[in-house]
Amino acid sequence: MGRFAALVFALLTVGLIAAGSVHKSSTAPASTPEGAVQSMFANVKGHDWNGAYSYVAGASNVDQNTFQQDLAGRDADLRTYSSLEGVDTRVLHESDNEALVRAELKYSTAVGAFYDTRDLKVIKDEGAWKVMWPAEKTTTPPPQVIPVNFLRWDILYRGSGDDWGAQDVEAPHVRILSMSYAERDGGVVIMGEIVNEDTVPAFVSVGAALVGKNGKDLAQESSFDKVSHILLPKEVSPYRIDFPAVKLADVKSVRMKPDAMLVPASADPVIGVLHQRIEKDAKGRTVLRGELMNESGRVVNIPHVLATFYDASGKVIWVSDGYSDHALLPQTPVPFAVDLRDDLAANVHSYRVTVNEYSIHNEEE
Amino acid sequence: MRKIAFLLLAIATCWLCEDWARAQSLQLPGDATAGQPMNFSPSGSGTLYLVGPGQVIKREVHAGQQVQIKGEELRSAGRWIAILRAGGHSQSQPFWVKPGAPDNLSFLARPSRVPVARPNVISGVAFVFDKYQNLVLQPTPVKFSLSVGGSGDSRTVTSHNGVAWIDSSSAKKAGAAQFVASVGQAGTVRRVVQQVASDPCNLRMHVAGNEKGQIVVQTDPVHDCTGNPVPDGTIVTFIETDKSGKSVVDARIKKGIARAELPASDNATITVAAGVVLGNELHVGGGK
Repeated sequence: MGRFAALVFALLTVGLIAAGSVHKSSTAPASTPEGAVQSMFANVKGHDWNGAYSYVAGASNVDQNTFQQDLAGRDADLRTYSSLEGVDTRVLHESDNEALVRAELKYSTAVGAFYDTRDLKVIKDEGAWKVMWPAEKTTTPPPQVIPVNFLRWDILYRGSGDDWGAQDVEAPHVRILSMSYAERDGGVVIMGEIVNEDTVPAFVSVGAALVGKNGKDLAQESSFDKVSHILLPKEVSPYRIDFPAVKLADVKSVRMKPDAMLVPASADPVIGVLHQRIEKDAKGRTVLRGELMNESGRVVNIPHVLATFYDASGKVIWVSDGYSDHALLPQTPVPFAVDLRDDLAANVHSYRVTVNEYSIHNEEE
Repeated sequence: MRKIAFLLLAIATCWLCEDWARAQSLQLPGDATAGQPMNFSPSGSGTLYLVGPGQVIKREVHAGQQVQIKGEELRSAGRWIAILRAGGHSQSQPFWVKPGAPDNLSFLARPSRVPVARPNVISGVAFVFDKYQNLVLQPTPVKFSLSVGGSGDSRTVTSHNGVAWIDSSSAKKAGAAQFVASVGQAGTVRRVVQQVASDPCNLRMHVAGNEKGQIVVQTDPVHDCTGNPVPDGTIVTFIETDKSGKSVVDARIKKGIARAELPASDNATITVAAGVVLGNELHVGGGK
């Protein structure tokens, strides 16, 4: 009896594992435009690329490899480290043989949720609805040698055997240029700019503590990724510190705490931010758009854009950020967009964009 | 009652006299110096212990014979106690050992990196020690000199309680400043204070050409207000504004100049800045 029970449980375990590892895949012809889009993305979510590609219209003129790279990422970009979490679809327009479906995609990524909105044309192809997949045009730079001779800073710290009076390398000097506050979405936001005044690179972080009416700290937070952490000499970065669920009326004062450490760094790469302009996106939201141009010779895998918005008096009124899900290939422009709060758009007089870069490579390679 | 009081006073006086007599029998010298030999002839015999700061010396001594403590044994300055123990009795006497002659320094120079032409930003603190690392409390002249590329100045400061210090301004010339503290001929300690260029001054740029449909702008050699070249790697921001929007390049100074490629435009304004310092403004295109 005992052996029989063990056998039953073993088979049950194997069966459950097998059931769990099998992804739901469907390649049944779609009878509606929305169904075609949903089925395609359902297969994408299950990493069934053959199944997903079966919903792509032949007229798209896109091969499966390109289609897969469009959705699964390439060049170790952010999309490579993400997975499709969900998709909402809505038919914008439909006729007998053609439709326009808006797909709002939500990815979970290494840096949080990432949203992508695509308006997909869907056509009737041999009696079934299929998606016209617009292949992303990727420009690969031609084979070439790009000489790079930018500075790199390395650091030698004092040794344990040194005389006790021997000085260590000095920490970089940074200064908070401006600080302003606002109450947004039921919380307090502290924002401003910080500059590396020194001649060496600095790893900076900006912390703040809100002091209540009774003189005690209400909350402490740091800027986390709303700041450029590595600042080269004379580089200016915005910062934003969010204190959710704290009322401005409860705050008596703010204690700022900028920290700077000396770190090895490279002056490469230079990333240009071109053609910046504020406009409305497809959903009618205000965004700051532009193009990122990697002027160096190596790939920047995950670019992070930080935008500072100023009012007419030059005061920082908002700091926004966003990650691009496309890697920056050398000498190749890549579009970006970061949100700007609609309630602030009318007050924005000027803006400034800086770019952080995260690269998955070895400096010595 | 008066008799009892008189008796007690007499006993106490005798006891103090005996103790004084015992101490005198050690016959220690009035002063001793760390690192110098000490000679004395105790009047009693027994085991002699010399207990000092972090150090104990033990000798078997005989009455009338000279005891010699070598200089390298008597290393620690401060309060010592000599104890002569014989036949179950002890007699003791405190004595003081002075620090020896100034022999070396500990020198703290701060900061290790400083912008040029700043008043009183460099501080130097020297602690004067003898050969055995005893802090020399006697006033001692300490010479401080700060120089870059062979030019600079020096000052002599007398130590107070073993410490001498100065404040100094940074020079106008960038470079590795040699900050030296010395005491007599023996102790010299050298530190390096890197004096670096300050903020850029008179930042100016010009159009250097057009390449592949782009405007190339570059700065003149970037210097600070005292003429030192601003180090390579410093960020210089070029901003081009035209009808298509704003384009920004954070260029790095390389070989003294910063250079950027901006999108070509038929009517654009280009500005340049480094940190909080603004440079000149250019208008390109002329509305063609």
